[in-house]
Amino acid sequence: MSALAQQIVLGILIGGLYGLAAAGLSLVFGVLKVLNVAHGELIMLGGYAAFWAVALLGMDPFGSLVLVVPLSLLTGVVLYGALFGFVVRANEETREKNSLLIGFGLALVLHALAVRLWTADERSIVTPYGGAVITVAGLSVPVVRLLSLVIAFAVIGGLQLLLTHWRWGKAIRATAEDWQAALLTGIDVRRAYLLAFAMGTGLAGTAGVLVSVGYSVSPSIGLEWTLKALIVVVLAGLGSMIGTFVGGILLGVAEALSAAAFGGPYREVVGLVIFVVVLCARPRGLFGR
Amino acid sequence: MTPLANRRELAWGAGILLSLAALALLPLATRRDDVLNFVFLILLSITLAESWNMLAGYVGQVNLGHAAFFGLGALVARTLWSLGTPIFLAMLAGAAAAAVFALPIGAAAFRLRGAYFAVGTLALGEILRTTVANVLPEISTLPTADIGTYRLSHRYYLALALASLSVVMAGLLGASRAGLGMRAIREDEDAAEASGVGALWLKLFALVLSTGLAGLAGGLFAFYHISYYPSHAFSPTWTFDALLMTFIGGVGTVHGPVLGAVVYVTLKEYLAVRWVDFHLVIFGGIFITIVLLLPGGLVQAGARVRRLFHRS
Repeated sequence: MSALAQQIVLGILIGGLYGLAAAGLSLVFGVLKVLNVAHGELIMLGGYAAFWAVALLGMDPFGSLVLVVPLSLLTGVVLYGALFGFVVRANEETREKNSLLIGFGLALVLHALAVRLWTADERSIVTPYGGAVITVAGLSVPVVRLLSLVIAFAVIGGLQLLLTHWRWGKAIRATAEDWQAALLTGIDVRRAYLLAFAMGTGLAGTAGVLVSVGYSVSPSIGLEWTLKALIVVVLAGLGSMIGTFVGGILLGVAEALSAAAFGGPYREVVGLVIFVVVLCARPRGLFGR
Repeated sequence: MTPLANRRELAWGAGILLSLAALALLPLATRRDDVLNFVFLILLSITLAESWNMLAGYVGQVNLGHAAFFGLGALVARTLWSLGTPIFLAMLAGAAAAAVFALPIGAAAFRLRGAYFAVGTLALGEILRTTVANVLPEISTLPTADIGTYRLSHRYYLALALASLSVVMAGLLGASRAGLGMRAIREDEDAAEASGVGALWLKLFALVLSTGLAGLAGGLFAFYHISYYPSHAFSPTWTFDALLMTFIGGVGTVHGPVLGAVVYVTLKEYLAVRWVDFHLVIFGGIFITIVLLLPGGLVQAGARVRRLFHRS
């Protein structure tokens, strides 16, 4: 029984990261109607950035966020300017399909480049406090993963505040709701797109840092994280960042339970099955409004 | 499609079939296994690309889980063949298994449009791959007796037959009434339905042809390899390869996937000598450029060059 409880605790801890990973995807999809299947590769890049910041600059792994987040935002601006900015000019159906294809091409390129530059080896960040564990009621909670969960929650909460209170946050939400109406009220829709995409990439970078600190990073984690983020977005729907965070934790717990029920290797399968079932049951449903 | 373009397509189809017929003489001309293996890879890739193109190019449904059907065909064919079934029957059974498996999925998944269909099939492919990797973790190797009688030329001729079949199928489908309906769905599904095209049935028809052909290609893969991991045939790289080859050549045409397969495999093999997997950086880049600037791929590039000459 306590083994199961332990699994659930670990599921909650990684679930926070699923939520953070999904928040970026959800923001970009909700605002730009662009399904960026390279989102997981952006997470992978963030993870490597953190790894090198620690290995070469001797930074604290969590402290590397100060470096990685601005870099990710910049990457987002560049990617938008070079690729996705062209796609959003098309009508909605073409936009969805072309952005999917471009994201797919980008994922291939980033994955192959990462293998070339950093080899296919798995890497994780080793910290002096990495092994520290808090024991609560007989359940052990790794400190690093707990900190990651707290940071993920703080970032999501901050994002929610930005979207509801900041001028441009409101503009982004208005654009997501109806870009034509937003344009008519004088909102610079293009800039809202750019901001939302950069923020989505920044969220991916943040998630990447936390992944490489608490878990590990390798060039091939991209597809895995894209799928996790997609599953959470389908579960949680668009619109509420807190909802996305909760959806991530739900997925983490569901995986933990299924690993206990069917054995470890099937934990990936259960999330995907939920995903396909929800998609088929509500083809427009949970994604749309 | 104008009659002129139709005639050009016909000429291309005839040219491709003639080249394939000429390739039948290759095993007589050379005894070099590396040459035959290389051409085999191109032929397998043509079949795979044409099969993906039937759904993505004709009906406009991007299937990111194509590897699942290739893998199923390989799994069923290999299993039956190793139990003593003749390879032709085993491959047909593999194709049938892939197509039958595709039907309920299609019935559910075709309610999803555009990006939803793509990510749904992507998840499906990963479900199958993970499950197969868990259930069958052992490498599948031919019995020693069969290795002794292994003839590369048998595999080669079978690949040649399959590639020809896929080109003929794509050509017939493209010229048929059903193919016209499929293109109508691709351009505007609602408008097609409104003018009496049964969208769901045509999509299912294309899906069955596409996955059945992918299953046959998988069976060929199982027949070709002396040993491989069963989950390897389910690897998403099969989907990605098919997608890249089709788009680079020209999606929605008969000859595009053939051109794409020849270019892709040739460059991939050339680059792999020095940089493993580096071809994906190049082809990924080309692919993005094609989606953004030249949605018709090499075929469209050729048409543009021709127009330039006609103008001057």
